[in-house]
Amino acid sequence: MIELTVNGIKRSVDVVPEMPLLWVLRDELGITSAKYGCGVAQCGACTVHIDGKAVRSCQAHIGEVAGKSIVTLEGIDKKEQHPVVQAWIEHQVPQCGYCQTGQIMQAISLLTKISKPTDEQINQVMSGNLCRCGTYPRIRAAIHAAAAKKMAEK
Amino acid sequence: MGHIQDLSRRAFVFGSAAMAGGIAFGFYSGAEAAAPTASDNPLTAGLGPNSVTFNPWVEISPDKITLIAQHADIGQGVGSVQPIMIAEEMDLDPGQFEVRFAGPSPAYFNTGFKEELAPFLASDQSPAAEAGRAAALEGLRKSGMQMTGGSSTIPDTYEKLRKAGAVARETLKAAAAKRSGVAVADIRTRSGHVILPDGKKFPYVELAADAAKIPPVLDAQTRDPATWRLIGKPMMRLDVRAKVLGELKFGIDMKMEGMLYASVKLNPNKGQPMKSYDAGKAQSMPGVKKILEINNGVAVIATNSWYAMRAADAIRCEWAPSVYPAEQADHWKVLQSSFKPEFLGKEWRKIGDVEAGLKTGTRIEAEYRAPYVAHQPLEPLNGIGLVTDKGMEIWVGHQSPQFVQYVAATAIGLKPEQVTFHNQWTGGSFGHRLEYENVRVLAEIANQMKGTPIKLVFSREEDFLQDIPRQIALARYSGSIDKGKIVAADLQLASTAPFKGLLERSGAPSKDPDPQLAAGLWNVYYDIPNFRATTYEAQGLSPSTTWRSVGASTGGFFTESFIDELIHAAGLDPMKARIEMCAVPHYRKLLETVAEMSDWKGPLGNGRGRGVAFVESFGTPVAEVVEVTKTDRGIRIDRVWAAVDVGKVIDPVNFENQVQGGIVWGLGHAINCELTYAKGAVQQTNYNHHEAMRIYQCPVIEVRGLENDPKVRGVGEPPVPPAAPALANAIFAATGLRIREMPFNKFVDFV
Repeated sequence: MIELTVNGIKRSVDVVPEMPLLWVLRDELGITSAKYGCGVAQCGACTVHIDGKAVRSCQAHIGEVAGKSIVTLEGIDKKEQHPVVQAWIEHQVPQCGYCQTGQIMQAISLLTKISKPTDEQINQVMSGNLCRCGTYPRIRAAIHAAAAKKMAEK
Repeated sequence: MGHIQDLSRRAFVFGSAAMAGGIAFGFYSGAEAAAPTASDNPLTAGLGPNSVTFNPWVEISPDKITLIAQHADIGQGVGSVQPIMIAEEMDLDPGQFEVRFAGPSPAYFNTGFKEELAPFLASDQSPAAEAGRAAALEGLRKSGMQMTGGSSTIPDTYEKLRKAGAVARETLKAAAAKRSGVAVADIRTRSGHVILPDGKKFPYVELAADAAKIPPVLDAQTRDPATWRLIGKPMMRLDVRAKVLGELKFGIDMKMEGMLYASVKLNPNKGQPMKSYDAGKAQSMPGVKKILEINNGVAVIATNSWYAMRAADAIRCEWAPSVYPAEQADHWKVLQSSFKPEFLGKEWRKIGDVEAGLKTGTRIEAEYRAPYVAHQPLEPLNGIGLVTDKGMEIWVGHQSPQFVQYVAATAIGLKPEQVTFHNQWTGGSFGHRLEYENVRVLAEIANQMKGTPIKLVFSREEDFLQDIPRQIALARYSGSIDKGKIVAADLQLASTAPFKGLLERSGAPSKDPDPQLAAGLWNVYYDIPNFRATTYEAQGLSPSTTWRSVGASTGGFFTESFIDELIHAAGLDPMKARIEMCAVPHYRKLLETVAEMSDWKGPLGNGRGRGVAFVESFGTPVAEVVEVTKTDRGIRIDRVWAAVDVGKVIDPVNFENQVQGGIVWGLGHAINCELTYAKGAVQQTNYNHHEAMRIYQCPVIEVRGLENDPKVRGVGEPPVPPAAPALANAIFAATGLRIREMPFNKFVDFV
């Protein structure tokens, strides 16, 4: 059995240590906001936070991350009031929505590091997150809006 | 679970008289006695006590109101806009009703296809054209075919869902009148309640039992658009919040008690069987429960989808070779030799004397190419299946419920009505969820695992390998210019046939020419005195299918690039010339609008360039301008302006998102995507090989919706076709390089 803490809750799973975190979350624990898109860190749909950093959970072996703090979108503190989540809703970013949980986790991480990112900085950080529906103009607008919201809150 | 609903038994019979010149569907039938007709309401059978249904779209029980979405939501937002149109008429607010996807039923036949299937130009509103569309509608009614596609959701439902809502509203009012003794004329509705003159309110759910006892008010009138509260106004898509919070369950997120996971390794030589396999290594891998042989490969049953995928990957298989050419170069050779009478699809349009016209003035000839491309929505193909002695239940996101029944049933020897289909929210499709690779395979696996729910998930690599691609196409165009005018255009196209391929795999084959090959080819609205559009259907190549905007994705690129070549050769301005030549006034208005939006004043200079393109597809005319800059490292796409006329914009926010997304789709695949065959299998198996657009390449996209078209049109696909030619034309303007083949990164780099 492998012990891990997801969204502040201790869990244990009986899987091989090389199983990537993504499939532990989805198939073993029923936490589905992290999505399987490519399995090779090409799409970002599986993005979660490990020790506060945005990580592709399809590449993180459970044996290596089990002792760390794992947070999925479900576990974001006061999620509905989070400026990124609010901006995503106000701008109606999603179409199919499948990539958006990963986009949001990446954007939250971006704004933790850079409080007011430029378009160039958004491009650098968000280009690993693929959106097949093409919602990029709205993703960009929502990140700028979320940054402004965070500033206003301070 | 296990309950087999009385689902549709179909007889897909399209009278070829009704479809003369269009496409006639073959006979396809699981038909039995007492087949339901389009007028039957499939909701009646499942109705609980004290509940009412007025039509196939509205159901009210004592505790809730349920609105039915007959078109599948594949990200385009129809899981929201369909119920919103009903809610408008019923005086319901978002939050006061639940939304459920429709099961298979001829009651949900798609009326919207009448526009695409009748062989008339979209701009043609003549009595003959309308009579043709009316005949097509009757064919569709008889077929009972329920399908999401062809940007037809709004054209199909705009009238009928508002009418369904109006009937529900008026019947609820009649029930309240009967209960209270007040005249219907003095009763009104608001926010989910019937309101009497004295202010007394009945919630709709309280009237369900009464309403069930009276006949529905079928002559109910829909509201004056001037009174609309929702339609046409900025609104919040009903699915946005749940998607942003990660709470919406897609098909791949569903779970069932006792469920096991499956993944597959299938013959990448599409449509061919497996010869042999060695699962020695896979057998003993962690989590593996069972290894099953299926028709064209192997399946691994495991306790987790990762275990299943990993074990499937470890199985060694020997495959039967492809029936199409194993190597890509030979696919192009087949296309090149397809411009022959025996491969003729159809001469779709002929104006004037093309041969004489081509001999006038300066002649221009060009060959254009478009490769196979993958769909690859981000949610991989998946599904949950359960086979019992009674039949099969299947939970999968799909655009054609009845064909899912047919394909699953045929795979395991059931009758279609023994397959119960539950549609799911889908993480994108772009045409992928019109095909059946996951459905057929899931039926086979679940049939070997009777009594156990099986969740099948394709690995991304398997999804790429099994993706039935967009058509491959090659165009040979000739034209001539004389005295600053285009005097002739002879457009010839050889291509695989995507729509016919889809119909065949759906069990409804057609012998008629594929109308999708004419898209972007025959529907040219420029005043060219000598014009001809001819299609040839290449045989023996890879299967192909509908890919967002289908025929127009290739035909539109060829035609609008070639028109640009002729315009430049004539020494004219690409925008002014198009405006001058455009023969349909409200289409011309779109060109004038993008000219105004982009402040088009001719060449930009300094390594910058703009291109314009105009394509009508699925009845929706779209004009786009793309602006690029030539940098040291390659072409940068800076801005796009788009003007789109759908007659009536229903949801302005989603409209803009769809147009922007369509442009990103069109540009991204044009710059860097193709599927190529080697040894019978595609060589691209993940997004690093087939990337399309990422955010760093995404331009600023400005969108304007016009409402001049006499009909209400769809918007899911039409923004795609003009994007590639507008980009190619912009690159020509910036660099002098004319790109005649997709993907463009074969010729220039992009930054």
